[in-house]
Amino acid sequence: MSSAEILNELREIMIDVFDVDDLEVTPATTAEDVEEWDSLSHVRLVVAVERKFKIKFKNSEIEALKSVGDLVNLIEAKTAA
Amino acid sequence: MLSDLAWLPAPSADFRERLRALRAEAAQPGEAYYERVLTLATAALDENQLGQLARLAGSVAEGGAAPAQFGRVKLGVVGDGTLSLLAPVIAGSGLRHGLLVDVVEGAYGSAVQQAMDTFGPLHRARLDMLLVASDVRALGLSRAADSLADAEARVAGALAQLKMVVDGFRPSVGAAILVQTVPPPIEPLFGSFDRVEPTSSYAMVTAFNARLAAWASEGQVVLLDIARLAETIGLERWDAPRHWHASKLPFAPEMAPVYGDVVARTVAALRGRAKKCLVLDLDNTLWGGVIGDDGVAGIQLGQGSAAGEAFLAIQQTALELRRRGVVLAVCSKNEEAAALLPFREHPEMVLKEDHIAVFQANWTDKAANLRAIAETLNIGIDALVFLDDNPAERAQVRRELPVVAVPELPDEPALYPRLLMAAGYFEAVAFTQDDRDRAAMYQANAARAAAVQASGDLDSYLASLDMVCTIRPVDAVSRPRVAQLINKSNQFNLTTRRYTEAQVEAAERDPDRHLAQIRLVDRFGDNGIICVLIGERRGDALEIDTWLMSCRVLGRRVQEAALDHLVRVARTAGARQLVGRYIPSPKNAMVAGHYASLGFAPAGEEPGGTTVWTLDLADYTSPELPMVIDDTAVGAPTPELQA
Repeated sequence: MSSAEILNELREIMIDVFDVDDLEVTPATTAEDVEEWDSLSHVRLVVAVERKFKIKFKNSEIEALKSVGDLVNLIEAKTAA
Repeated sequence: MLSDLAWLPAPSADFRERLRALRAEAAQPGEAYYERVLTLATAALDENQLGQLARLAGSVAEGGAAPAQFGRVKLGVVGDGTLSLLAPVIAGSGLRHGLLVDVVEGAYGSAVQQAMDTFGPLHRARLDMLLVASDVRALGLSRAADSLADAEARVAGALAQLKMVVDGFRPSVGAAILVQTVPPPIEPLFGSFDRVEPTSSYAMVTAFNARLAAWASEGQVVLLDIARLAETIGLERWDAPRHWHASKLPFAPEMAPVYGDVVARTVAALRGRAKKCLVLDLDNTLWGGVIGDDGVAGIQLGQGSAAGEAFLAIQQTALELRRRGVVLAVCSKNEEAAALLPFREHPEMVLKEDHIAVFQANWTDKAANLRAIAETLNIGIDALVFLDDNPAERAQVRRELPVVAVPELPDEPALYPRLLMAAGYFEAVAFTQDDRDRAAMYQANAARAAAVQASGDLDSYLASLDMVCTIRPVDAVSRPRVAQLINKSNQFNLTTRRYTEAQVEAAERDPDRHLAQIRLVDRFGDNGIICVLIGERRGDALEIDTWLMSCRVLGRRVQEAALDHLVRVARTAGARQLVGRYIPSPKNAMVAGHYASLGFAPAGEEPGGTTVWTLDLADYTSPELPMVIDDTAVGAPTPELQA
C-alpha cells in the first residue's frame, strides 16, 4: 500500500474516531489541528489503526509520533514487514 | 465470540448516514424513531461507533421529545484508572437495551475522595445508579503480600476501601450500586502453587472476589462479574499492560464494547428490561433435519451422533432457562401435527409439550406469530428472544420487530447455547421462588388466551431480499439433487410421486414431458434447488405431474414464479389449460389449498380423495413478483403440438 493510500485510509479512520463529518488530513497535520484529537481519542485512534491494518505498535513508537506523516510512515514500515 | 459480540449482526454499511439522520431528528423524532435507534444499535459495533451512539443518546435525551419506550437512567461511574473510555461505550450500548443512559463520570482515580465529598458533583447529580469500577492495581492486590497477616489485611483493606466508596455514595444514589469483581493476574509468581499460597496476588484476588459475592448476596450491592467476563474472553486478551502504562486504561480498549454491553444489560435488568420468553424454532434449531420430511425416526437428536448431542444440549439449555423462570414458546413453519410429533414420540426429547407455554406451528410469517405469542402471554414483544437457525427468518423478524432480540447463530449447532447465553438476554440480579414459578404462571395464563394471528408487512420484506429465481431444465449436474428432492420431499409435494434418477433421465428425453428445476438466490446466499416441476402434455392441456418445493422458501412467492413458468411452457406448447392434481398423503396437508390459492378452478375428485384443478390460460395474467426471474427452461414449441 502506498503512503497516499495509507493517508486516505487514515483519514477515513480519523473521521470515524473523531466523529466528524469531514476532515482535511495531510502528512503535516498534528493533534493541534484537530479539535477532537485529545489524549483519549488518540488511544482510540491507535486501536482503530491497529485493527484496520492488522499491526501492533509499541508504546515507544506511539510516543515518538509527532504528525500524521509520522504515523503514515510507521504504518508503511509495519505493513511492509 | 463474547469479545466480538458475535450474537449481534454486523453493523449496516450505511451506519454513519443512518446515525446522521437519527441525530438530525433527535429534537423532533420521526416515525418509528425508537425502533430505528434500536436497529442501529443492535449490531456488533466497535468502540468508536458506540461513542457516536452515545452522542445520539445525549441529543435524544436533551431533545426532550424522546418516545416513551426509552428508559432513562442516570449512572455515575467512579473507580480506578481512566474512566473516560467506559462512559461512551456504556451510553452507546444502553441504546441497544432501550435505555438513554446519562453517564456522570467521576474524576480520575479518586473514588474515595468523591464519595466523601458530600457536596461534590456526583452527590448532587441525583444518580439513579452508581458503578464502582475497581482495578486490581489500585486495590493493592496486584503484588504478593509479605506474610499471611499482610495478605489478610490487604484483602480486608481492599474490601473496606470499596465499602467506604459504596457507603459514602449510598444516600445520594436512588437505586442500585454496582461493584465489580477483579480479574486475577496473569503472570504467576510461583506457578500452580499460587492458588495454594495465600500471600500470592492470585490467591488474594480470589479471596476478594469471593467476599464481594458474599456481600452481594446480602442484597446491598449488585455484582458485575468482570472477572468471569475477562476469563471467558481470555485474560491475555483482556489485560493490556501497555495501555495501563501509557494511559491507565484498566483493560484492552478492544474489550470496551463487550464491557459496555455487560454494564448496559445489567442496568437494563435492574430496570426490569431483561427478556422473559425464549421463542424456539424447531427444524434445525431444536433437532437436526425437517420433521415434516424426515419423520420422528429421521431427525437428528440424542446420544450417538455429534449433531444429535448438539441439539440435545440446546434443549437442555432451554429447559434450564425455564427452571429459572424463563417462559418457553415455539414458533415454527410446520404443520402443527408434525411439529408436535417429536415432543410426544421421540424418546430423547428433553423438552416436552408441558414445557412450552405457546406453540405456534403454522405457515404464517414468524413476525405475526411472535406478536401472537406475546399477546397470548400478555407480555411485551420486547420481552421475546427468538432463536432460529435460518438467517432469512432472523432478518425478517429483525426488520419487522426490531424490539425482539434475535441472536445471530453460527453454522455449528454445538455453539448455539454459547451464543444464546453470551448475549445475556436473561440477565438477573436476584433469584427468588417467584422466579422459579414464573414460567408455570405465564403458561397457565397462556392456556386461557387464544392465539391470535396476523400478518406483517410481507411484501416490502420480500422486496428487500433481492431474490433471483433461476429456472433451468434438469441436466446431468442437477439430476441427483432433483431425484433426491423427488424422493424426500413430503410436505410441499402435490402428488408425492417418487422417481429414480434413471426415471428422471428418461423423462428429460421424453418430448411429451417437461422438467424444470428452480433455484433461489437471495441476499443471504444461495438456497440451492428449491423446486422441481414435471409437466406432461395431454391433448390441449399441460398436466402437472409433479410440483414440489422446499419449505425453506415458503412465503417467498416462488410458487407464483413456478406457475408463471408453467403457463409460459403451456402457451409455447400451444396448450389451452393447466391441469393440477392434489393427491393427499399423511404429510402434505399444507398444500391441499395450493391450486385454489393460485386461481385454479375445481374440476372434480378422483378416488382416494385426489382433487383435480384447472386453470384456463386465457384467464391468466402474470403477477408482479418481488424477484428477478431468469428462465431458460421454456424451450422451443414442439412441432406436433403446433400442428
